[in-house]
Amino acid sequence: MIEGARWRKWVFFYVPMALFLIFLLFPFYWMVITSVRPDGELYRPWNSVNYNPFWTWKPTLDHVRYLFEETLFASWLWNTTFIALASTAISLVCGVFAGYALSRLNFPFAGSLGTGIFITYLVPQTLLFIPLAEIVRNYRLGDTPWSLILTYPTFLIPFCTWLMMGYFKAVPKELEECARIDGASRWQAMLYIVIPVAVPGILSAGIFAFTLSWNEFIYALVFLSSPQQKTVPVGVTSELIRGDVFFWGPLMAGALLGSIPVAVAYSFFVEHYVAGLTGSVKG
Amino acid sequence: MAIAETHVYMPPAPRPRFRLLEDERWLALVLLVPTLVLLATFIAYPFLRGILLSVTNSRVGVPGEFVGLANFYKIFNDGIFLTSVYNTFVYTAVTTVFKLALGLWLAMLLNRNFRGKALTRAFILLPFIIPTVLSTFAWKWMFDPTFSVLNWLLYHLGLITGRINWLGDPNLAMISIIIVNIWRGVPFYAISLLAGLQTISPELSEAAAIDGARPWQRFWHITWPLLLPVTMVVVLFSVIQTFADFQIVYVMTGGGPANATHLFATYAYQIGIGTGLLSEGAAISLAMFPVLFLVVIIQLLYIRRVEVR
Amino acid sequence: MGQVVLKGINKFYDSVHAVKDVNLQIRDKEFVVFVGPSGCGKTTTLRMIAGLEAISSGDISIDGNVINELAPMDRDIAMVFQNYALYPHMSVYDNMAFGLKMRKFERPEIEKRVREAADILGIGELLVRKPRQLSGGQRQRVALGRAIVRHPRVFLFDEPLSNLDAKLRVQMRVELKKLHLRLGTTAIYVTHDQVEAMTLGDRVVVMKDGLVQQVGEPLELYNQPANKFVAGFIGSPAMNFAAVTVTEANGSLIAVNSGLRVKLPDETGQRLRGHIGHEVTLGVRPEDLTVADTADLDHPCFDAVIEVVEQLGSEILLDMRVGEGVMVACVEPTVRVKVRDKLRVAMRPSKLHVFDANTEAAI
Repeated sequence: MIEGARWRKWVFFYVPMALFLIFLLFPFYWMVITSVRPDGELYRPWNSVNYNPFWTWKPTLDHVRYLFEETLFASWLWNTTFIALASTAISLVCGVFAGYALSRLNFPFAGSLGTGIFITYLVPQTLLFIPLAEIVRNYRLGDTPWSLILTYPTFLIPFCTWLMMGYFKAVPKELEECARIDGASRWQAMLYIVIPVAVPGILSAGIFAFTLSWNEFIYALVFLSSPQQKTVPVGVTSELIRGDVFFWGPLMAGALLGSIPVAVAYSFFVEHYVAGLTGSVKG
Repeated sequence: MAIAETHVYMPPAPRPRFRLLEDERWLALVLLVPTLVLLATFIAYPFLRGILLSVTNSRVGVPGEFVGLANFYKIFNDGIFLTSVYNTFVYTAVTTVFKLALGLWLAMLLNRNFRGKALTRAFILLPFIIPTVLSTFAWKWMFDPTFSVLNWLLYHLGLITGRINWLGDPNLAMISIIIVNIWRGVPFYAISLLAGLQTISPELSEAAAIDGARPWQRFWHITWPLLLPVTMVVVLFSVIQTFADFQIVYVMTGGGPANATHLFATYAYQIGIGTGLLSEGAAISLAMFPVLFLVVIIQLLYIRRVEVR
Repeated sequence: MGQVVLKGINKFYDSVHAVKDVNLQIRDKEFVVFVGPSGCGKTTTLRMIAGLEAISSGDISIDGNVINELAPMDRDIAMVFQNYALYPHMSVYDNMAFGLKMRKFERPEIEKRVREAADILGIGELLVRKPRQLSGGQRQRVALGRAIVRHPRVFLFDEPLSNLDAKLRVQMRVELKKLHLRLGTTAIYVTHDQVEAMTLGDRVVVMKDGLVQQVGEPLELYNQPANKFVAGFIGSPAMNFAAVTVTEANGSLIAVNSGLRVKLPDETGQRLRGHIGHEVTLGVRPEDLTVADTADLDHPCFDAVIEVVEQLGSEILLDMRVGEGVMVACVEPTVRVKVRDKLRVAMRPSKLHVFDANTEAAI
C-alpha cells in the first residue's frame, strides 16, 4: 500500500508477526533454557520472589550429561536415525516407482489403484495399532527396529507416491520417447532420463518422509519394549519419568537434543520441504 | 561421401527379442508390486484383523470367541467412551477453526515482501517439523501447575492471584491440549494457504480496489473464493489427522484428569494396550472409521468435481 | 539399406479412424515428406513407423523385415522431435552419446562419432554445455547430432523447424537439405508447411483426414494435383477456385458463372465433354493470371475489380472481385494499378485445372 502511515505498518504487520513468532517459537526457547538450568533453579514455584524464569546465570550441562550417562539416549538417537533413514529409503523407492507407473504408464485399473493408494494415506495409525501389534508379534518382529522399518512406509509411501506423480507429470513425454528411440528400454529410460529430471521431487519427498518418521510415536510405543530398542520420543517419555516424578532437566535436554537432528536435516532442505508441502496440497 | 557407405564399427547387435518389460502393463505391475505388497500386508490385512478382533472377546494372550457386536454395545454404554467421542469432536472442531483463522492471518502476513522472509518462513515451520512428543513436553512443562511459566507471567502481569491448574481441571485441561494442537497446526495451514495465496494474481485485488472495494470486501469476494480449493484440501487433511490424534493428549494429560480429556485414540490405547482388552480397544479404534470414511468421501468427491471442471 | 514399406496401415483410437489404409514404398536414400493440416494423420503415421504408437492393422517393414512388433530401440531408427527433447540434465556431449552408450558402444568409438557429428553440424565448442545454455537453433543442431551419431537406417523428423523463427527456419531448411545430400540416409519428414515439403522432399505425401491424397514429386503435385485439396494446399498464395457451369456455344465449351464467361481451351475442353450442363470447379493459380494485353487475345479472359493491392517488391498481389467471387492474381512489379480499378485478366490456357464438383477429383 502506498499511502499507509508508519503506524499502520506497525499495527497491522510488525506487531502481529512478532506475536506469531513468539507464540510459535517460545516453547523451543523454553526447551533450551530448561536444559541448561541447574535443578535448584528449575524447581521454584511460579510465585516465588526473585525469580526470573526466562534466563539463567548459571548454565550447566549436568542434564545433558545425565542424559548420555544414565540413560540410553545415545542408543535412542541411533535407533531413531537408523529407522528413519531405512524407512525413508524404502518409501522413496516404492513411491518413485509407483508414482512413475501411475503417472506415465497406461494400464487397466490405473485410476482405481491411484485412488486406493491415496485412501490408505487417510487410514491413521491409531486405527491400526492394535491389530498390527498382534501381527508384528506373530511375525516375530516385536521389539526390533524392523517392526517400524516395515510399517512406517505404510504412511510414507502414499505421500511419496502422490508427490512424485506431480513431479513426473511435468516431465515431457518426448524425452522418454526420444530415449527409447535412441536405444533405451522403458526401464532404462525411466532410470536414466525421467527420474534424474525429477530429482527435486525426490528430495522433497525424502525430507518429508524423514521428518514424518522421526515424528511417529504410537507404533514405536506399542511395538518396542526394551529400553535399548526405543526411539527418542518413546525413550524420553518412558525412561525419564519415574512414577509421578518428572526429571524435567534431562527431559527438556532430551527433547532438545532429540529435535536437533530433524531440525538440522530440515535446514538443509527447507525449500524442498516447502515445495513438497505445497505441492501435495495443490495436488 | 555418405557415412552410410563407410565401413563402420558396430558392436554385436542384440537380436531383438520379446521384451517383457517393454509392455506397459507388465512394467506397471513390476513397479507397483512392492508398494502393493507393503500396503496390503500392513494396512489392508491389519484392518481386516481389526474388524475381526472387534467382534470377538480377545485379550492379550487369550484368543477369544465370536461375540458379535457385544463390544460395541459395551463401549457405547461406557461413560468414558462417550466422553471421548464428545471430546474428539469438540477438539477437532475448535482446533480446526482456530488453525484456519490464525493460519490464514499468518499466510496473509507472509504474503508480503519483507527482509528475512525466507528465514521467517523456515522458522515458522518448526512446530510442525519437530517431533510432536518432544515439543509437547515443553508445553507440559509450561503448563505444569506448580512451576508453570505461564502462571508466572500472568501473576506478574497482575492478572491472577491464585494459580491456574492447567492440567488438573478438566475444562482447563481440554483448553491446554487445544492450545498445543493449534500451536502445532498453524504452520501447516499458514504455509499451505500461503502457497494458495501466491497463485492469486495481485492484479485482481488491485482492480477491485480501483473499483472501490474495501480490504474486507476484497478478501471476502476475491481472495477467499479463489483460495477455497486449497483450503478444502488442507482442512480435510488436517481434520483426519486431528480426529485420530494421540501424541498430544498422551503426553499432556494421559487422558486425565479422571479420564476427562480422552480422545478415541488415547482411550483405545488405554483399554487395548493398557488393560490388555484387545477386542474392546479395537472396537474403540474402529468407531473412528465411519467419521473418517465420510470425510474421505467428501474429499474425493470434491477433488473429482474440481478436476472435472 | 533404408527401404521402408507401408502396407495397408490403419490406426484406430477407440472409434476414431485416424489413419486410413496408407500404402507407400520409400526407396533407400529417399527424402519423403508427409504434409497436411493438423489432425491429418501424418504425425500418427510417423509415430507408428517409430514404434511409439501401436499399429491397428497393416505392416511396416524396413529392408524387407516386418517391424510391427519391434520396440523402438530395436528398429535402428533415429528421430528428431519438434521440441528437440534434449535431456536437460546431461551435457551436449552426453546427449549425443546416450544412444551409443545404451547400445554398449566402446568409449573411443563413441568419442569418434560424436566429434564427427559435431564437426558436420558446427557445434564442436558446445559439447560441454547444458541444453538450457543453448539457443533454439543450437538445440536443433544438437538434436540432429544425436540422431546422426547413431548411423540409423532411417531418419524420422517430426516438424523439427516449427519452433524456430522464420529466418532461422529458412536457414535450417537449406542445411537439412545439404545434410541429407551428404549423409545419404533415408529420411521421413513430417510438416504442416507446404514450402518445407516442396523444397526438401524428393517425394511428397499429402494427407487429409487420415487418407493419402496424393504422392509424387513436388513439381508433379504442383502441376498435376490429383484433387482440389492438394491443388489448394500446395502453392502460395493458394490456387483460385470458382464454381462454374459448363455450357456449349458454337462448338466450343464455355465456363460460366456470375463473373466469368470464358472459352475453355481445347485440351481442357476435351476432358469436359461429359460434363456439359453440369457444375465443376475451375482452378487457376495466382501466378498464372496476367493483366490482359493485345498479345493474349486468344487466352481466356474475364473482368475484375481490384479491391486490395499488396506490394511485395518482387511481385504484386491483386485481390480482385470477379462477379460474386474473389480471386488473387500474382503479377509483375511493373504493373500500375490501384484500388477500384477495373481490369481485364487473362488466364494461361495450359494452366487451367478442373475438378469435379462432388468428388473434388481432378478431371
